[in-house]
Amino acid sequence: MGARTVDLVADTARAAAGRRTMAWLAGGLAAAATVAGGWLAPPDEVQGQAQRLMYLHVPAAWVAYAAFAVVLAASGAYLVSGDLRWDRFARAGAEIGVSLTAVAIATGSLWGHLVWGTWWAWDPRLVSTALLLLAYTGYLALRRAVGERTDARDGGDHRVARRAAVVGVAGFILVPVVHFSVVWWRSLHQQATVLAPDRPPIDPRMGGALLLAVAAATLAAFCVLLHRVVRLERRLALDPSPAPERVPVRVG
Amino acid sequence: MIRRRAGRTAVVAVLLAAGALLVTSALRDTLTYYRTPGEVLGDPDGARERVRLGGDVVPGSLRRDGDLVVFRLAEGGHEITVEQRGVPPETFREGEGAVIEGTLSADGRFRSDRVLVRHGNEYRPSTSPAEPPDAR
Repeated sequence: MGARTVDLVADTARAAAGRRTMAWLAGGLAAAATVAGGWLAPPDEVQGQAQRLMYLHVPAAWVAYAAFAVVLAASGAYLVSGDLRWDRFARAGAEIGVSLTAVAIATGSLWGHLVWGTWWAWDPRLVSTALLLLAYTGYLALRRAVGERTDARDGGDHRVARRAAVVGVAGFILVPVVHFSVVWWRSLHQQATVLAPDRPPIDPRMGGALLLAVAAATLAAFCVLLHRVVRLERRLALDPSPAPERVPVRVG
Repeated sequence: MIRRRAGRTAVVAVLLAAGALLVTSALRDTLTYYRTPGEVLGDPDGARERVRLGGDVVPGSLRRDGDLVVFRLAEGGHEITVEQRGVPPETFREGEGAVIEGTLSADGRFRSDRVLVRHGNEYRPSTSPAEPPDAR
């Protein structure tokens, strides 16, 4: 994230206008993806209309991965620089990731009911995704628990940030496990299509709708991330803390 | 202070490792979600208890026999005849993958009562009746 991002999270009228423009763009992309996925793309030969759930399920899962990557990067940046702003990015990323993982599980469950014939299976992909949800829910719970115990303000205190950053970095190990679970173990879940090395065939209209949906979801999640960070900072500014924003962190 | 924190980190690491070990052993059934026909035929006693069997439905093998659905499930050159009691999902068809649950009988037939459809990662448009079925 470069200087532009720092501009966009500023609590100024200009930054707010920039965020609004981005939100409109995300809305436009979402509308285009709805039309493409809901009408322009044909139903699947085997799965029928139920396959359209892909245009919700795959973006939710992918943006959840991306949000957890934000948690990883921001936690690492916090541990290196000791700048609490990164801690707030990590928290916002985890919130988005947890919500979208829940959406991926819910849409996947419905898709599974319609096509596999079951709402849930004790399959490696499903179980590892549930673990991922649990791990990052635990991350958010840890933040809150530490904040309450030490009477620290979440997002503005190094006691919360340091512990959260360690968990935020460690938790990311589950993301490749979830993604490659369908390759490493036998699974009911199909393997990747767009990101598979041998590129299995997908109808170009379906592929286009999927890419549009992923782009819309990514941009929308980015808007939510910025919005959350601005809100967190506004809340902290209302109740200024005596602790300095930047102090060197000790790790380990 | 640093020393105490290092000790705490070690305890957490040990706890995490123990947890991971517990989880993986508990999830062994998940990590081998289904057995292949070759594995079930190679270890028939293992399939006297309820197991999951996965493979592709052999084209031309699907038929209805009273309230039974009979088909063959194949993978890696091995085949097992399946007698399924109950209606499979609508998406179940020949040539597609399936995971079934049941037991292997003494006569070598697999009696199942649950079918899950295991579809691939290829997506093709359905041939709608509006389009001409043949270009001739």
